Amino acid sequence: MDKNLQLLINRFKSFSSMVLAVLVVTLTLSSCANSNTETSQSNSQPAAAAAGIKVGILHSLSGTMSISEVSVKDAELLAIKEINAGGGVLGKQLQPIIEDGASDWPTFAEKARKLIQQDKVPVVFGCWTSASRKAVLPVFESLHGLLFYPVQYEGLEQSPNIFYTGATTNQQIIPAVEYLLKQGKKRIYLLGSDYVFPRTANTIIKAQLKAQGGTLAGEEYTPLGATEYSTIISKVKAAHPNAIFNTLNGDSNVAFFKQLKDAGISADAIPVMSVSVAEEEVRGIGASNIAGHLAAWNYFETTKTPENHKFVTAYKTKYGADRVTDDPIEAGYFGVYLWKAAAEKAGSTDIDKVVEAAKGIKFSAPEGVVQIDDVNHHTWKIVRIGKFRKDGLIDEIYSSVKPVKPDPYLTSYPWAIDLSKATRAK
Amino acid sequence: MESLLTQAFNGLSLGSVLLLVALGLAFTFGLMNIINMAHGEFIMIGAYVTYIFEQAATHFFGTHADAVITWCFLLSIPAAFIIVGGIGMLIELGIVQFLYKRPLDTLLATWGLGLVLQQLARTIFGAPNVSVASPSWLNGSLVISMGLLLPYKRLFIMALALICVTTIYFYLYRSRSGRCLRAVMQNREIANCLGVRTRWVDSMTFAIGSGLAGIAGSSLTLIGPIGPTLGTNYLVDAFMVVVLGGVGRLSGTIIAAFVIGIADTIFEFTTTASLGKVLVLVLIIVFLQWKPTGLVNLSRTK
Repeated sequence: MDKNLQLLINRFKSFSSMVLAVLVVTLTLSSCANSNTETSQSNSQPAAAAAGIKVGILHSLSGTMSISEVSVKDAELLAIKEINAGGGVLGKQLQPIIEDGASDWPTFAEKARKLIQQDKVPVVFGCWTSASRKAVLPVFESLHGLLFYPVQYEGLEQSPNIFYTGATTNQQIIPAVEYLLKQGKKRIYLLGSDYVFPRTANTIIKAQLKAQGGTLAGEEYTPLGATEYSTIISKVKAAHPNAIFNTLNGDSNVAFFKQLKDAGISADAIPVMSVSVAEEEVRGIGASNIAGHLAAWNYFETTKTPENHKFVTAYKTKYGADRVTDDPIEAGYFGVYLWKAAAEKAGSTDIDKVVEAAKGIKFSAPEGVVQIDDVNHHTWKIVRIGKFRKDGLIDEIYSSVKPVKPDPYLTSYPWAIDLSKATRAK
Repeated sequence: MESLLTQAFNGLSLGSVLLLVALGLAFTFGLMNIINMAHGEFIMIGAYVTYIFEQAATHFFGTHADAVITWCFLLSIPAAFIIVGGIGMLIELGIVQFLYKRPLDTLLATWGLGLVLQQLARTIFGAPNVSVASPSWLNGSLVISMGLLLPYKRLFIMALALICVTTIYFYLYRSRSGRCLRAVMQNREIANCLGVRTRWVDSMTFAIGSGLAGIAGSSLTLIGPIGPTLGTNYLVDAFMVVVLGGVGRLSGTIIAAFVIGIADTIFEFTTTASLGKVLVLVLIIVFLQWKPTGLVNLSRTK
């Protein structure tokens, strides 16, 4: 009898230790799963979560792109915090679920799938590179999700499941080239990183130069992450351009501007027009290395609107006075507000209803009034060109004053007909 | 003519950058056969040492005076050697020493370590790149003629590479400690029998290799980005140089750095930047098919 009891106790012990082990594993797993969310709700309590609205945030928080994307995530969280403080959306609080795309495109697709299928979020704010957007696009289309994409890009795309709050080419690149040509800078050298955005952008610029009387002084692409530009600078010198059009992305800009200055090329001799260098990137380049060069965007930290004053103050209060705001950060910020306006107009967070309600919706963003186009899901935005100051901020030297209608397929430009036809045929 | 000379200078300059980046790896990978995937992160730490020095000094002295920046920068180079060397030694004692003779495990462990160090840098310094003001006497170029400008920063890096190589030469071939190091790398058992503390030599060699990576990082702040992922940009180049030069031969590393540097600039100038890189890689692969032991052969008696 004693022996049996002992056996029973032993069994019970091993059973309870097994239960304990399972518990520990479950707890660890669930705490891992929740470490990415800023909500206190755990996944096992769907009923409690129903009180709020889960929204997805999908950016690279690690890897090479985190340089840029972490700040956009911060701006989106700021917008969510402000909205929650003002009563939320449709009377419900927003609960951000943050996922890390890790600068890896398949990871972006996988996390997008997780947000839509598992978390059932009615909207995701996220992505930066075109490569990551192209990776998640089929996921959003096939699972019927909704993405707000905050970065300027190369255009020639339009998805029913994506809203583009950054500029398309006719709101940034084409006006920037026009500006250079008007200044008498006819010989232009194209320099970019070797991937989809710079190559598409430069195809458009080459067609534009041909049509508008410019000449191509040269065209070069370097791998992402390249840090050696002395040879390219020699080639630029030999080509005698009036200006360089720069579509380099990421770390390469730091190396390029440092080495350009050391090679004795000043901003007066050959100005560089950049479309991927904003206030945030200047901190790594060093303001003295880029002062006097040009940038084309829709928003600068120095943009003078009451909304911007409020936004910059709130951002610096929350994240520190040494932080700067820039175009994609601002586009990420107002994207959340545009979705809120659309959801409230629709009276629901249902994706079809929100998409329908979003047509023509307006918001007073820090850059000025922005409006979602009735047809193409892009945003009407003011075009701005600025000059880098010695303190790293940008002074506006040109503005379109009125918001420019987005034209992702460049249908209003006769010289671009072949380009848009070729893309649409695909 | 001038562009030809400029290109020759660019080739030598790129060669010296590659040499600085690869010297440390020539110790850890070349001599010790540790596939050190965290080498890039050691370079990154070196760059941040320079950044910290400048931040601390401008904070402490409350000025951005040129003399302060100059001394900070110059002092940060040996400091990077000592600090990163120290970190390297800790890592050798804590992780790598248990993995000798298990090359694949070392590869995984050091790769993971690299990721940890990267994320650590991101947590401490933030994800965006930081900038370091370089001393004003390094700005601008030595003007030989209108079309031939030699940037002072490039000349400085070349000089630094030369100093490193000379010091290493004297250490390895003219000092007792260096002699022990070579003895252990050539025949560990005999060296041990003759009373060399091989464990200590292992730790020292790894520390020196790491420290050299620190110097590379410190000097790269002059020409490149300073961020958590800085090292990954240079890791492949460093391995390429050591493998092409011949694993285990420092002279091979030096020759290979300049061969790749000059070939890279020639191809890049005559074709495009992307195609130039491809051609260099193809040439290296073809060469290694023909001579798998690299540029400088080592006939080692086993």
